[in-house]
Amino acid sequence: MLRFIGRRLIFLLFLLFGVALFVFILSHLVPSDPVAANLSQSAMNNPEIVAAFKEKWGLDKSLFSQFILYFQHLLTGDLGTSIRTGRPVMEDLMQFFPATLELSIVAMVIALVLGILFGVISAIFRNKPVDHIIRTLSISGVSVPSFWFALIMLNIFSSVIGITPGPGRIDARSTTPEGGTGLLLLDSLLNGDFQLLGDVAMHLILPATVLGFFTMGLIARQTRSNLLEVMSMDYIRTARSKGLKESGIIVGHAISNSLIPVITVAGIGFCNLLGGMVLVENIFAWPGIGQYAYLSAVSLDFPAICGVSLLIAFIYVVINLLIDILYGIIDPRVRYR
Amino acid sequence: MRTFKSFITQKGFLFKLGLIICALWFIVVIFAPLIATHSTTAQDLSIRYEPPSLSHLFGTDELGRDVFSRVMYGSRISLTAGIITVICALSIGILFGGIAGYKGGKVDEIMMRFSELIMAFPPLILAMVIAAALGPSILNSVIAMAIIWWPNYARLMRSMVISLKESEYVTASRVMGASHIRVLFLEILPNSFGPLLVMATLDLGNAILMFSGLSFLGLGTQPPTPEWGSMVSDGAKVIQNWWVSTFPGLAIFSISIAANFVGDGLRDFLDPKLQKE
Repeated sequence: MLRFIGRRLIFLLFLLFGVALFVFILSHLVPSDPVAANLSQSAMNNPEIVAAFKEKWGLDKSLFSQFILYFQHLLTGDLGTSIRTGRPVMEDLMQFFPATLELSIVAMVIALVLGILFGVISAIFRNKPVDHIIRTLSISGVSVPSFWFALIMLNIFSSVIGITPGPGRIDARSTTPEGGTGLLLLDSLLNGDFQLLGDVAMHLILPATVLGFFTMGLIARQTRSNLLEVMSMDYIRTARSKGLKESGIIVGHAISNSLIPVITVAGIGFCNLLGGMVLVENIFAWPGIGQYAYLSAVSLDFPAICGVSLLIAFIYVVINLLIDILYGIIDPRVRYR
Repeated sequence: MRTFKSFITQKGFLFKLGLIICALWFIVVIFAPLIATHSTTAQDLSIRYEPPSLSHLFGTDELGRDVFSRVMYGSRISLTAGIITVICALSIGILFGGIAGYKGGKVDEIMMRFSELIMAFPPLILAMVIAAALGPSILNSVIAMAIIWWPNYARLMRSMVISLKESEYVTASRVMGASHIRVLFLEILPNSFGPLLVMATLDLGNAILMFSGLSFLGLGTQPPTPEWGSMVSDGAKVIQNWWVSTFPGLAIFSISIAANFVGDGLRDFLDPKLQKE
């Protein structure tokens, strides 16, 4: 087990190196010019400003020395300075990541609870109308354009019905608590500020539902097919022949066994959430990594892009590692090589 | 014998529905000039934000352009971009995965690690970066999407090659003196086509979703080109005039869900285990 984890961690280092190298190469292959993307037209006409800008960001050095310099900084945990915000990328990430983390955790909880529930109902009432409805809903989840779905939800629930607040993380009149984890649900709970807690929760519910809808679809489909497979197994027949009630069989024997493969799908879904974040954060004006990635990409702010990519690649690999470990704990048949 | 007829008349209702929706959209793509009721670019500020009516079926946008005609023409761009992306990704994936699986050993190891590297990137963020770096245009977003999309096909192709290359018919073909290229592309590839086709069909919806997402962010088509994603983005600014964003969004949704229906149906058809169920 330890050897397995160790090997995966070494792979993680290689992967992060690869990601950094990839972004570095990309940033130097592209025809676009970060100087032009970040300086005004009048500043561009002044060779002194252009030279100063290049010197400041190391753009005047040879490609190889830029590369060496970049990796030296990376090894010390210095992700460089964002060209767009002028702040250390690490600081930017620390500021924006909690908002994204909070949103994705809530979205994941919604997706898991509804996905498993729908999957189980769908399997129990197989080929009945409720099964068809849930299956159509699940396929809709993976086919609906998230940005459009977000707009529709925002329009219906905020503008027309008016039960949820508009975009943003908290009400404009509320203030975020100083310090803390940056996870507002947790912070407001720890401070005992229940008014803020309610405000944060109401702001979270719509974007989290939109974001979780896709993963919910994946999980529901997987749960349904697993449960159906498990229900046709011999040990379920044995349980039936012992005279157990059908509900007891499903709850006590079938569901727990059918949920193992769901873990994998949930992991894929979580990674998907992080990717889909860009569009949803854009619509809900959510001050998270997705917005940061978008603004960095359009201004070709490569230190920031690299920082975001490294962060998300890191999360991808860690989640996959956790899933593999979890598999081993839940299912002792899985052996690590 | 599973014939084409049984394939079409199988009980899968959703599959048929998906085929019909796809067929309808292809008709729209071909006959867009005949179906569109107005010009897609002609502006008339006197009729800004008209709600849907008989003269403007889907209403008008902020420049008084007819949303219905723009949605119809938009199908040409979205579908073409989606199909080209999938074809490019499929071709790269077949070549890459085919070589990796066939060669095996060190070559396979290096090629697969490289594909994992691409897959470790969040797709939309990588596509966004590439599209922003190359400059926003339809071609560049297709290039960006093809770059991030091929690893899935490569991995599928590789696993197919590995399982098929030891089979007897391939050995027979080798014994008869067939070259590696012949074995790979004329013996192994045709037998791997089913799963690749299923993946490609399911991906068509995803490709259209991502392309419209890029356009929504302003990294795909540029105005005044009628494209679904950018039309939703236009409507996002005026959420109370719901028709501006709702109809192009519905268009994306319909083609994407249809591709999923067809892909699921194809998978059931090609996998006898699922078919029995």
